[in-house]
Amino acid sequence: MAEIKKELQVVALENGTVIDHIPSEQLFKVVSLLHLHTSTSRITIGNNLDSERIGKKGIIKISDKFFEEYEINRISLIAPNVRLNIIQNYEVIEKKQVTLPDLLVNTVKCANPNCISNNEPMETRFHVTDKKNVAVKCHYCERVVEKEDIEIL
Amino acid sequence: MKNKSLVSITDYSKDEILQLLKKIETFENNPNQRVLEGKVVATLFFEPSTRTRLSFETAVNRLGGRVIGFSDASTSSSVKGETLKDTIMMVSNYADLIVMRHHFEGAARFASEVSSVPVINAGDGSNQHPSQTMLDLYSIYKTQGTLNNLQITMVGDLKYGRTVHSLLMAMSHFNPVFHFIAPKELEIPHAYKTFCESSGIEYHEYSEFLEDVINLSDILYMTRVQKERFTDLMEYEKVKNVYTLRNKMLENSKPNLRVLHPLPRVNEISYDVDDNPKAYYFQQAKNGLYTREAIICTALDID
Ligand SMILES: [Zn+2]
Repeated sequence: MAEIKKELQVVALENGTVIDHIPSEQLFKVVSLLHLHTSTSRITIGNNLDSERIGKKGIIKISDKFFEEYEINRISLIAPNVRLNIIQNYEVIEKKQVTLPDLLVNTVKCANPNCISNNEPMETRFHVTDKKNVAVKCHYCERVVEKEDIEIL
Repeated sequence: MKNKSLVSITDYSKDEILQLLKKIETFENNPNQRVLEGKVVATLFFEPSTRTRLSFETAVNRLGGRVIGFSDASTSSSVKGETLKDTIMMVSNYADLIVMRHHFEGAARFASEVSSVPVINAGDGSNQHPSQTMLDLYSIYKTQGTLNNLQITMVGDLKYGRTVHSLLMAMSHFNPVFHFIAPKELEIPHAYKTFCESSGIEYHEYSEFLEDVINLSDILYMTRVQKERFTDLMEYEKVKNVYTLRNKMLENSKPNLRVLHPLPRVNEISYDVDDNPKAYYFQQAKNGLYTREAIICTALDID
């Protein structure tokens, strides 16, 4: 039984990235955050898998795709404990924990309706002011947005 | 080259603030210097503000420069749906410097990023108005002889008053003690108290406008308590006259105390204060001219 489960969860990936320990309810947010719905890579998505650490988890495997650090770090806004496995030749060559970057470009929508970024075709920019509790500050209107009010683009 | 734009007072370091104060002083001693000969300054007021625009345009004229621009958005192309970026790109082809006021917060920061010439923020919504902050600093510096170790009392709308917030940030370099006097609904936002705590700045809060606090102050910074800020109009009626400064209240104040106000005032300073030598708000407004002359020259890298 254990062996079957293992087989199902870890469909072999020759080269690519495994995104693991995604809280189940955030899985599809992560998918859209990484724009995987427009990707042409081979993608396997599993959800509501048992996890000792977080109850139910999701997992995404993407073939022949290696994300830039800034792309992957966006995930930490909604799922801070996500872990990445970089696979080459069926082997994990690197494990990464996502961390919030100092600057988020075009990731967050400003909560201030009177902000220029909501009234002009332009990229948004946010400085991360509190990595622990997750708070970001709009580079333009200088308004601070706390974790629960963060709206991801 | 470092971008010479001025969008927020926090763009200036402590040293840059001190240098600018010296420069403002030289313009006060000699406001007419033809250092902008041949330069064109664009004043783009997407949101009208006659007071601020006249102050900037006077500064340019006294320095021998020329002004182009508009004084409200209905005469500009933005009503036809042109983006801010396009307007700024177009104007930065013509002018050496852009002074702008806009109703959206962050507009000046964005403009400074797309413009090929420096941008001076003359107000972006409720966010920043750094030339006002600099003239406040200069007024404090001039009347006290220093910015260091002062007792600064701020009165009125400390929640929405952007002048108060910017002044607080700028003064934080100079080891002040702050006294915040405001009605409950308009007290200083939590973020600024946290900022004071993390910067080791002493502050005190009061909901009553007490003479005891006036008497220990070096600077009394008055602001308007605006009716439209209140969710509960009963509350407004209760407090509207509580935060009014009357001449009698200055009786036992320190000799060096000066009363500041960003103007225009409504009823927060009674007219009997105007003749008191401690009333400084009209001179403060006049300092705006020298301050803007200095800010313009700094942005254009003119010594
Ligand atoms: Zn914003």
